[in-house]
Amino acid sequence: MSGDNGGTEKSSFEARLHSARLRQGLEPAATAAKESGGAVPSALGVGMRVGVELVSAMVVAVAIGWALDRWLHTSPLFLVLFVLLGFGAGIANLWRTMGPGRMPGGQ
Amino acid sequence: MAAGEASIDALGQFKLHTVFGPIGASVNFTQSNLLMVVAGALTLAFLYFGAKPQAVIPGRLQAAAELAYDFIYNLVNDQIGHEGKKFFPFVFTLFFFILFGNLLGLLPFTFTFTSHIAVTGALAIMVIVLVTVVALSIHGWKFFSYFWPHGAPIALAPIIVPVEVISYLSRPVSLSIRLFANMVAGHVMFEVFATFMVMMAGAGVIGYVGAVGPLALNVILMGFELLVAALQAYVFAVLTCIYLHDAVHLH
Repeated sequence: MSGDNGGTEKSSFEARLHSARLRQGLEPAATAAKESGGAVPSALGVGMRVGVELVSAMVVAVAIGWALDRWLHTSPLFLVLFVLLGFGAGIANLWRTMGPGRMPGGQ
Repeated sequence: MAAGEASIDALGQFKLHTVFGPIGASVNFTQSNLLMVVAGALTLAFLYFGAKPQAVIPGRLQAAAELAYDFIYNLVNDQIGHEGKKFFPFVFTLFFFILFGNLLGLLPFTFTFTSHIAVTGALAIMVIVLVTVVALSIHGWKFFSYFWPHGAPIALAPIIVPVEVISYLSRPVSLSIRLFANMVAGHVMFEVFATFMVMMAGAGVIGYVGAVGPLALNVILMGFELLVAALQAYVFAVLTCIYLHDAVHLH
């Protein structure tokens, strides 16, 4: 937050500190980076994320389908349609958040 | 707390009741609202007293306040980019409101306002409305191309567009459910193990020995819940930043 000068000085210090720590074997390089990302994928965490993504997409889809049916008096046409779309959206969400190469654990 | 025979009232702790006597009752000012005010006041106090000394070599509180500022500042800068700086106050407020809400709820005789989906839902809706308004104001009508992935065949439009719209609208739902479910799960587990303890103690001397088990579990759980409290506040802030990034950059 000081000047430009302070920034480069700080970053070069960080680099020197990092290399010194690496030499001394003090830097748990990979794990530290993962933990600072807050995403060490534990089984419970992964299960929670999968569940939340699938359920939330389904909640929205069912709400839309139900509302459309109520509005257009076409029960259960849109509900059925949107349940299918909601499942698709849930899978799309999952793919986006934890597809190949997006999880810190499983490239 | 449920001290009754063989009954675990795990959800009673989430019941709202008004505080401050008849004045609070007349405006429905509940303990949840009180804790929200406390969380806000604590955040302000933390920053005010942290920033007050303005020492070159910071004391503990000042160091904590500076670290908190830097932490969110870097988060916003890394996730959203240079344009993200104007969202820094929003993300900072959101993070600390949720963090203090989660942490205050772990103290005895308090209440976790983030364990109500009405609260987390309102926060998530606020985020998604902001994200949509930002995206519309920056990109105008081009915002709607967000619902159309690059290079998809036109024939699939009737399927892809609804799926993308549902996926977009499911963001606030997943955001709110994640925070709310984590908080409720933690506090229900506390209550269940605490009730086990009371029940076992009712069974005499052997029960007192047996009650050490749930007690130890609750102690471990407290450590875990401290982690969850900080992690969920962080997750909420990070996801807000990611959504803002999408809004600013569109793909």
